[in-house]
Amino acid sequence: MQQRRILSEKQINSELLNGNLATPKWYFPVMGVLGIAVVIGFSTILYMFNRGLGVTGLARPVYWGLFITTFVFWVGISHAGIMISAILRLTQAEWRRPVTRAAELLTVFSLLTALFFPLMHAGRPWRIAYWLLPYDFARGIWPNVRSPLFWDPIAIGTYLTGSTLFLFVALIPDLAILRDRTTGIKKGVYTVLALGWRGNPRQWQLQVVAGILLSALMLPIFVSVHSIVSWDFAVTPAVEGWHSTIFAPYFVIGAVHSGVSAVVTMMCLMRWLWKWNNYIRPEHFDALARLLIVVATAWLGFTFLELIFSLYGRDAPEIALRELQIFTWPWNLIFITFLLTGYIIPVGCWLFKRCRNNIAVMFWTTILVNVGMWLERFLIIVPGLARKQIFVYTWEGYWPSPVEWIIMAWSFAWVSFLMLLFARFFPLVPLFEAKESQVFTTEMKVGRATVPMVIRE
Amino acid sequence: MSNLSMLGLYDNPDSAADALDALHEAGFDSNNFDVLTGTPYPEGAFGEHVPQHRLFRFPLFGAIVGLTLSVFLTTSTQIIYPLVTGGKPILSIFAMLVIMYEMTMLSAVVTTVIGILFESRLPDISMSVYDTRITEGLIGVSLKCTTDKKDIAEKALKDAGAMEVKSSGK
Repeated sequence: MQQRRILSEKQINSELLNGNLATPKWYFPVMGVLGIAVVIGFSTILYMFNRGLGVTGLARPVYWGLFITTFVFWVGISHAGIMISAILRLTQAEWRRPVTRAAELLTVFSLLTALFFPLMHAGRPWRIAYWLLPYDFARGIWPNVRSPLFWDPIAIGTYLTGSTLFLFVALIPDLAILRDRTTGIKKGVYTVLALGWRGNPRQWQLQVVAGILLSALMLPIFVSVHSIVSWDFAVTPAVEGWHSTIFAPYFVIGAVHSGVSAVVTMMCLMRWLWKWNNYIRPEHFDALARLLIVVATAWLGFTFLELIFSLYGRDAPEIALRELQIFTWPWNLIFITFLLTGYIIPVGCWLFKRCRNNIAVMFWTTILVNVGMWLERFLIIVPGLARKQIFVYTWEGYWPSPVEWIIMAWSFAWVSFLMLLFARFFPLVPLFEAKESQVFTTEMKVGRATVPMVIRE
Repeated sequence: MSNLSMLGLYDNPDSAADALDALHEAGFDSNNFDVLTGTPYPEGAFGEHVPQHRLFRFPLFGAIVGLTLSVFLTTSTQIIYPLVTGGKPILSIFAMLVIMYEMTMLSAVVTTVIGILFESRLPDISMSVYDTRITEGLIGVSLKCTTDKKDIAEKALKDAGAMEVKSSGK
């Protein structure tokens, strides 16, 4: 069935800028609720800074808990942007067009949020400067370049800078549209941000080349970021379950799984909230669900490979850890839930076209994926530390405190708040991509059927 | 004689292409006129001169700068403040590679973005005549000329089917 509709540039402008040129009714109530959650979250963070990490559930031997789990989770979500935007741009997948901006934006805001967690986890965040910046001349302490904890901020900083610039470059033509549609102070701001864009052939040519070139440059960074995050664990020989050579690709594929799922969740919300049915169509969900089936299955393969490799050495502590993770209460419940939500239920649904084309089903299944992916990170990080080992003189179970749960909930409210704030001032669907799609797509009659045809240069 | 900026507005690509041909025939230099659209059209759609760019040099330059800086940073850090570990070499090559890789890529991305802006001639603060309807689907043909050629230019733009011709300048 042909879902695409022929739209004029004027119509595309008015429909895709409906959240920028006017304020939807639901906007302020939703922002109000999110704003309250954000204030509560920041207050809790300040309370924790004031009282110290004693208000969390972290204690010997579990020093990496909910904060680091959530850090890895948000870094994973950030892989959505480049996966969708860069890979699909390079392969010229036509269905990428309505998704790219939202995916890039999710990358930027989730990375920003991820950065909060190691800072909070440090307890005294201002002292983190000693790790990262070569400034403490008096004590002769410079950053240790051999530490993955130093590689992390370098990789994430690179990814965040690159993603933000990527987002801005692709936003320039749309900023010019906003400049032309607004008045007063708003027009002044958009005029400055649009940098005098006029839309001549040279600028359009560079915009297209820039998309491809930046995609090609961002892809290796994308792979390196989660690889480096995985090395936070993988280069630690002392903890069973962490010291694995497969962690880098395993983390990357897991990040793609959770990131692309988060983009689908966001697309559902965009379709429902801004009524962009002409742009975000069931065919887009269908294509993304097919992609997700492949990604999820590859990720499941890595999950079992990691398990098999750890058992293959028949190392007693390693086997004991796996017993703890899979068969011992309450970890066994988490393990089953993670498998069901991370793979079995969503992929089981996505095998059917009816589910792939159903927006509500796609929304809930992709939410489930991210529940599963968060649990996966928790299962990787905590049991290895929580397992009783010889010579450990204190040993307690880890249960996150309300402070940790509130801060984790804050991170979701914070990302949503930032996304909605951005959506108020800038278009979430690239207008020039939607317009280009109209120019480069046509219809062809084959027998009695009319089929869409995409022209490529 | 003073300079003048003119803009012809068209509602279809064929008329805009005709306008460019007409301006050529009227003796205007192709460096002085341009097509303005709200949509990226295929290269050469208006019969315009396909612009050449040197964007690909920027990431290469950036990568070289980033690599050099990262080698300097990682080497000097470890030599000035050595972490002696069991007789192992002071310079930890693998760890250095990670930082070198990231800094090289970061520098390449930053210079690429600078290159994009530079090659796109942005920011553009020229006050050439413009029409906001261009981002609503109209196609603009902009022209810079001297006041004595205004009538010739206007005729060329109108004969090609311009809906409207605007001008500004001293």
